[in-house]
Amino acid sequence: LQAPKYMRSPLIPEMATQEVQLNETLTHLKTESETLKSKLEDERAKLHDVELHQVAEKVEGLGQFVMKTRRTLKGHGNKVLCMDWCKDKRRIVSSSQVTHFMLLKTFMLLEHAVTMPCTWVMACAYAPSGCAVACGGLDNKCSVYPLSLDKNENLAAKKKSVAMHTNYLSACSFTNSDMQILTSSGDGTCALWDVESGQLLQSFHGHAADVLCLDLAPSETGNTFVSGGCDKKANVWDMRSGQCIQSFETHESDINSVRYYPSGDAFASGSDDATCRLYDLRADREVAIYSKESIIFGVSSVDFSLSGRLLFGGYNDYTINVWDVLKGTRVSILFGHENRVSTLRVSPDGTAFCTGSWDHTLRIWA
Amino acid sequence: MTINTMAKGGWHREQMSCFRKMEKVIVAMQDPDMGMKMRNQRLLITVIPHAMTGRDIIAWLIHTYSICEEEALHLSGLLVRYGYIYPLKEPRSLVLRPDESPYRFQTPYFWTSTRWPASELDYAIYLAKKNIRKQGELMEYEKTRYSLLHKRINHTWDFVVMQAREQLRASKQRRKADRIVFECQEQAYWLINRPPVCLLLLYSLLHFCTILFYIILYCTLLYYTILCNALPYYTTIETCFTVFKQALGRNRVKSSICLESFVKYSEQYQNHDPIMQGSLPSNPWISDDTAYWTMNSETVPIPTRLRVERWSFSFMELLNDDMGRREFMTYLEKEFSAENLCFWQACEDIKHGESSRIIEKVEMIYKNFLAPGAARWVNIDSKTMDKTLEGIRNPHRFIMDDAQMHIYFLMKKDSYPRYLKSDLYKNMLAKAIVPQETKKSVFPFVRRQRHANPSPAQAVAQATEEDGHAKGAGQAGTKSAAGSHV
Repeated sequence: LQAPKYMRSPLIPEMATQEVQLNETLTHLKTESETLKSKLEDERAKLHDVELHQVAEKVEGLGQFVMKTRRTLKGHGNKVLCMDWCKDKRRIVSSSQVTHFMLLKTFMLLEHAVTMPCTWVMACAYAPSGCAVACGGLDNKCSVYPLSLDKNENLAAKKKSVAMHTNYLSACSFTNSDMQILTSSGDGTCALWDVESGQLLQSFHGHAADVLCLDLAPSETGNTFVSGGCDKKANVWDMRSGQCIQSFETHESDINSVRYYPSGDAFASGSDDATCRLYDLRADREVAIYSKESIIFGVSSVDFSLSGRLLFGGYNDYTINVWDVLKGTRVSILFGHENRVSTLRVSPDGTAFCTGSWDHTLRIWA
Repeated sequence: MTINTMAKGGWHREQMSCFRKMEKVIVAMQDPDMGMKMRNQRLLITVIPHAMTGRDIIAWLIHTYSICEEEALHLSGLLVRYGYIYPLKEPRSLVLRPDESPYRFQTPYFWTSTRWPASELDYAIYLAKKNIRKQGELMEYEKTRYSLLHKRINHTWDFVVMQAREQLRASKQRRKADRIVFECQEQAYWLINRPPVCLLLLYSLLHFCTILFYIILYCTLLYYTILCNALPYYTTIETCFTVFKQALGRNRVKSSICLESFVKYSEQYQNHDPIMQGSLPSNPWISDDTAYWTMNSETVPIPTRLRVERWSFSFMELLNDDMGRREFMTYLEKEFSAENLCFWQACEDIKHGESSRIIEKVEMIYKNFLAPGAARWVNIDSKTMDKTLEGIRNPHRFIMDDAQMHIYFLMKKDSYPRYLKSDLYKNMLAKAIVPQETKKSVFPFVRRQRHANPSPAQAVAQATEEDGHAKGAGQAGTKSAAGSHV
């Protein structure tokens, strides 16, 4: 914790004394927070009686692994920043660096291209019904576009501004229905919005820097989500109260992507420190690190296969690494993209995963 | 890393951690015991010491990091591209050739991370040296930059030329081999780190703009410092403390129990994971045949066996599948407890529906499920019922949460297990389809034999030998990249 720069160099004499007091309080708070933190680490360590790979020793190893690019989608003409699958398992929405986002259908014929008045559309999401799409980016907003079957209809005209942040939108996701959207922003907050009215339902404060990613929990009581940010923290939130329930800080750099394990009891994160990590929510600690000395560049996005046995990571060195979640080993490395992989999602039925890259293409792998 | 952090010097931060990792690899390569074997290389008439061949580099990487050749090529390519290894022949070609081509380690003095950021003054001196040595014979791109720099930093040009002359004089004192080595290293450094032309052009404009920007920023921050106190900053600290204190009081579960659950979950779902086990009849993305999706659609008359099996994994799996939910409803109707599921669905509708209709929906629920004598009265314990009825006076989105949770767990503990033992479920399981594999496509893993009995209605399809890849459907992938085993 360090005081922001402007507080460290006052110009007006009266502020000098104020600054001294402030510094003292902050130092005191800093030491207290460090003490609490180490106490917490001790508590967490007490119940840690075994490592994941030890428990996984009895599990059969994975054999020869072959995954190939089955489709290459070249419609964008610009860096692909984000993509999402539709629940019908065949359609995807993707967004790019300049203006538009696109919808692509089964076996990838371009269905709809919509232009948006902003560059760097960094977040996009499909509505659960498949009837709408949400996206946003540098315009600090998240807008919802209802989709229509009419190819000639101008979708941009029907757009609805839902979320308003004070900085760029980094990620968005519909909750269980088309009526609510969860967003995360560079202003350090996440927020839950009512689509119909554009009203802010709940805001989530606690990150000390930009929030880069979020994921909703697949739990039966369905009320939590996890977010990751540039403050190296991954926070778990209660959607109803707005409180941060759990927090994990073991990464050494920005967390670019978080994704829940299919059972909802854990989540994985990918970071600029070139590692992916698995955090168990009941044990309240990090339980696995997926890294290799030969992997130098950061992870931009992660996702699990349907059974949770495999973790796919898209990396900034243009590759995709596939990890055995239980044993902690790397199963395979996939080449193909010609620039950094910016987004990676497994399809809802687990038959394939899609990657988007700065090389202007999307690839479906199976 | 994001667009915002790029502006705040975040790119620098991100690159630095990558540089450190690459430097770790480089240091390991130069380890006297486990590192690379180096030899002298002949370059024209001079002998360059401590050089290595591309082939040796690849071999060392494969051996040390247990990776395949493709990955070793990729990794070594990165090392060359970022200037940690440079080629002796064809210095401008920044690729690693896995043959007898000679390479050398760049000296740490010239690492990008050491000399960050590359100074345009140094570059000017370098170009001036080259200009003097080669008597004006520079490469095209170097000539462009040279003249640009000459215009930009004209005021210090005397200094530049003086430095260049001085450095050239000093280098003549060295042994020829050392001099050539240094020239190679310097050349390699500037090949990678030279400031781009557009930046040089923009510098003058940028200079003025940044000064103006900082003046404005300064004033704004001053304004805010006076007006606002440190409140927002304290909020972050306060949140930290709350989270810490809460975390200290939390009940944790032993790791052995938690981790065991992951093993169990993965085992249970392995057969259902198309990437792990393949899908029947085939993976649509591989075979271009959408039968798999058709068979598993919402409105199919007879579901697949895997799908029905999945309903038995957890109550949530059953409810998440529309068909499963319908089946469960049919069962509950037989048991005269269908109102539970209806109530739960109505509560879900409130939780995730439009804000404007909450009040009307809550009233409906009260009328149908909670009011005394209601048509579909649900059996909730009195405490929860009182609390809910109280809350209905001021309805909000989460008012039904407690009641909904109560009914959910009631169904989960009572009706759900009985459903799984019921004839309704067992019949569904028995008549469920097990599709025949239609094509011998390549599965990600060696497929295990499926032991399910095919239903009598199933026609035994002949498995064709046709390879799914051969069918290119329109925009078929242009570059198929193969995965590799570590």
